[in-house]
Amino acid sequence: MRSLIKLTWVELKLFTREPVTLVFTLALPLILLLVLAEVFGNTPDPEGKIYRGVGPMDYYTPAYVGLVISAVGIIGLPVHLAGYRERGVLRRLRASSVSAWTVLGSQVAVSFTIAIIGFVLLTAATMLGYDVHPPKEPGLFAIAFVISTLAFASLGVLLGAVLPTARAAQLVGLLLFFVMMFVAGAGPPPEVLSQTLRDVAKVMPLSHIVVLLQDPWLGFGWNNARFLIAAGFLAAGALLSVKFFRWE
Amino acid sequence: MNDVIHVEHLRKTYGRKVAVDDISFQVAEGEIFGLLGRNGAGKTTAVECLEGLRHPDSGRMRVLGLDPRTQAQELRQNIGAQLQESALPDRIKVWEALDLFSAFVSRGNDWRPMLEQWGLEEKRNSAFSSLSGGQRQRLLVALALVSNPRVVFLDEMTTGLDPAARRVAWELIRRIRDRGTTVVLVTHFMDEAEYLCDRVAVVDHGRIIALDSPQGLIASRAGKVRITFSTSAADLSWLESVPNVQRVVRRSTRVEVEGSGPVLALVATALVSHGILPSDLRAEQPSLEDVFLSLTGNAAGS
Repeated sequence: MRSLIKLTWVELKLFTREPVTLVFTLALPLILLLVLAEVFGNTPDPEGKIYRGVGPMDYYTPAYVGLVISAVGIIGLPVHLAGYRERGVLRRLRASSVSAWTVLGSQVAVSFTIAIIGFVLLTAATMLGYDVHPPKEPGLFAIAFVISTLAFASLGVLLGAVLPTARAAQLVGLLLFFVMMFVAGAGPPPEVLSQTLRDVAKVMPLSHIVVLLQDPWLGFGWNNARFLIAAGFLAAGALLSVKFFRWE
Repeated sequence: MNDVIHVEHLRKTYGRKVAVDDISFQVAEGEIFGLLGRNGAGKTTAVECLEGLRHPDSGRMRVLGLDPRTQAQELRQNIGAQLQESALPDRIKVWEALDLFSAFVSRGNDWRPMLEQWGLEEKRNSAFSSLSGGQRQRLLVALALVSNPRVVFLDEMTTGLDPAARRVAWELIRRIRDRGTTVVLVTHFMDEAEYLCDRVAVVDHGRIIALDSPQGLIASRAGKVRITFSTSAADLSWLESVPNVQRVVRRSTRVEVEGSGPVLALVATALVSHGILPSDLRAEQPSLEDVFLSLTGNAAGS
């Protein structure tokens, strides 16, 4: 436990020293959200046809919390883990009796911390600037938030386990990130996407996470279907990670 | 003395390549044990098996009474390892690394004095990526020791260190041993093995081809001593009949005597009794390097 706490603390410090990851996980989502806020404001579509009938910023704020969670999971984590393995850091940790669970546990703990910071940043900015309301069902939102973070952390560990180098991880991570960002709920409202793009979005974990987070936030209740999909991603990621994780 | 390391018929292959063919040895508590050999001789693979980082194909191993194959996690709590081909995160600071690694075991050392011991005091806030090769190496050795291990494995510990830093490292290793830690030293530096090790195993092609104290190896394998001095004395034929002298070569005033055992004392006494008192009388002992070259040269079948 002492190892886990200490390693997590060091990893958090290292995270703040990694400008690329900081930009993609925290700065970029915040800037994009503020740009969207300036363009669309928070007045709902009078006909209720887009943004699920709610104000654009009410729609986007939980969606961007999801984007932060996905960025940590598919950019930050895989690059970090693959780089550690490539350069012999994992080997070094293993020789000092650090268990795989400690390494992975610290990564999950870091993911949570960054996700919470992202949530606070985004929510504070849009609540103060654009009259976005806080989550209407905070308890359910908190559960959705935890599931979402765990699901993306497990996908991130899996990517970090199967991708051979930090470069490969960065390439795959960025590609997935941008595709997900544009089609899976953090870009144009899903109502205006073509059928093809909607189909693409369906296989992207972020599209399900966005709805899972939005529903309790907007007062639509708990979305069990999306929850099961997220839990599926979580379980698949975790199981395959255990299978593919290598120290060197 | 108890054996803290016991290895019998260790063997490890990678596909068709035999890394460790058949290695057996024991290391006693408090010993500095050296594995000496060329690159690729199998030293590192053998040690990594003992650290539980690799699984040997066959053989029996015990380190501190534990089997590295099945009790690796427990074993690693009690050993320190400085590995080849390992690194730290680029942006971790020197003090953070020491602080972190001391927390991995319950009986970790206070890491602060180690900064000074290993010459890292002024680098304490520097990132790992900004350190020189020698500084990185010293930090990695310090990390192997910060857990206060009962056995420490040092793999090419002084590679990349300048001569002064090597001396300092040697002294620190001796001090660690004096506190009761057993040291296994993998090296290809003869002077290091000669200076530090109580016993040396010479490894070649995955086998141990000689195992003795450095002095024992030198005495048994290269018994010759070469003595040189200058004199203007005309007749030196009596030198050949001094006990232990095997050969005398003279080039004008320069004389070379080859012999074995206590030949230096015998020659010196003979010179004095003949009234010759050269000021440049010197003996060259064969070094471990000579032994090593004669051993591995033969074993290579060349």
